[in-house]
Amino acid sequence: MRIRNLVFLGIKNNMPETVLKHTIRTASTLVAFALAFTSLMTIVYQVTKAPIAQSEAKARIALFQQVVPHDRYDNNILEDTIGIAPSILLGNKKPTVAHIARKHGEPTAIILEAIAHDGYSGDIKLLVAINTNGAISGVRVLKHIETPGLGDYIDIAKSNWIKLFDNESLIKTSSGKWAVKKDGGKFDYMAGATITPRAVVNAVHKVLQFFEENKTTLFMPMTSLENSALEKPVQKRQHQKRKLKNESI
Amino acid sequence: MSQFKEITENGLWKQNPGVVQLLGLCPTLAVTTTVVNGVSLGLATALVMAASNGAVSPVRKFVPDEIRLPVFILVIAALVTVIDLLIHGFAQPLHKVLGIFIPLIVVNCNVLGRVDAFAAKNAPVPAIWDGFIMGIGLTLVLGLLGAMREVIGKGTLFSGLDLALGPNFKSAVLTVIPDYHGFLLAVLPPGAFLGLACLIAAHNWAEQRKTSKKATHSASGSLKPAH
Repeated sequence: MRIRNLVFLGIKNNMPETVLKHTIRTASTLVAFALAFTSLMTIVYQVTKAPIAQSEAKARIALFQQVVPHDRYDNNILEDTIGIAPSILLGNKKPTVAHIARKHGEPTAIILEAIAHDGYSGDIKLLVAINTNGAISGVRVLKHIETPGLGDYIDIAKSNWIKLFDNESLIKTSSGKWAVKKDGGKFDYMAGATITPRAVVNAVHKVLQFFEENKTTLFMPMTSLENSALEKPVQKRQHQKRKLKNESI
Repeated sequence: MSQFKEITENGLWKQNPGVVQLLGLCPTLAVTTTVVNGVSLGLATALVMAASNGAVSPVRKFVPDEIRLPVFILVIAALVTVIDLLIHGFAQPLHKVLGIFIPLIVVNCNVLGRVDAFAAKNAPVPAIWDGFIMGIGLTLVLGLLGAMREVIGKGTLFSGLDLALGPNFKSAVLTVIPDYHGFLLAVLPPGAFLGLACLIAAHNWAEQRKTSKKATHSASGSLKPAH
């Protein structure tokens, strides 16, 4: 109110000076508020940084334990990683990080990330854990935007469908059977939503193929791993070309 | 005290943000697929509204009229960020459920609406109460709408409670209609519009009944002396 009066008086008397004063006052108020609340956010950010990182790590470990049972590893899965170059079989365009589970130093399983692009709506991001013998340890959907109540049963929070993949392998199920029942495969699906499970089955199948083609390099001893992680992109590009050729045939 | 009573009445019924003011429909419609989602977001909004009203009211005299909206939005955005960080750090499971909706509270016009309409003109304590009770009014609507959509859409109640409060609450999930195959429409966005329409209609009906009752009362009252 006081400010309004000032402006009002200003117009009557010496307008330029009061308008300037008023402008400065307004601007500095805005700046003061911006500074005060930015510092508040900075403080809270600093305070919550560690707990957030901690709870994120905890959530990731909980997720890993869903796909690789606790008694199958004794290493720090979070830190034991290997860089994976983009691959058509994994459906990713950016390099990802795979986590390796080891017991007594020996690898027991690898946890890969994959993306299915042919879901009903948007990409479906998957976490696939494969044992060293090529059998699936577990699959989980990390992220999806499938229709709620229809296609979202691939999510463990909604149904146990995703557990169908436990212990599956390329040996156990022949290539032609890696499909939903409707397409002549062996995997069950829920009526009304076939596109979603079809995408997931295909993606998991392709991850197994990726594993089969790369298993020697994936489980290389720790020391040589660090060197090879850098060389990987070249190697993977060749592999992609090969895959493309296969598809064009 | 009467001021608080009036604020409470306004927030919960007369000026209910969910069914009367119809502000902030985006979260109302998007989140209410289950009771738990609706109520959690409602409570988070109530918290933000109380905090932002409380933050704006004491400084209301220092904020020139021309820049009040930028300042208010700044305050709200900062508070939401702070609450988001705190929930992320100390209540990770809840953050997983509400994660994407919390930043959306910034653009919920309920918050800015109450700050501008109430906190900018009133003392801190009533302002905090107003923000909180408006948020509770919204929570009630979100909870009701969530319950309607969940029961009709999935045949359950309180699903996801374990995600918000811990695995001990898994048994609290009620299956209202066993062997129910679901009615998808209720879960999809159109179900939200239809459900909200029903709630608004119910509110209007109750309001109308109240006023018509009052009218007949006063009418018969005024007739009596004539007898």
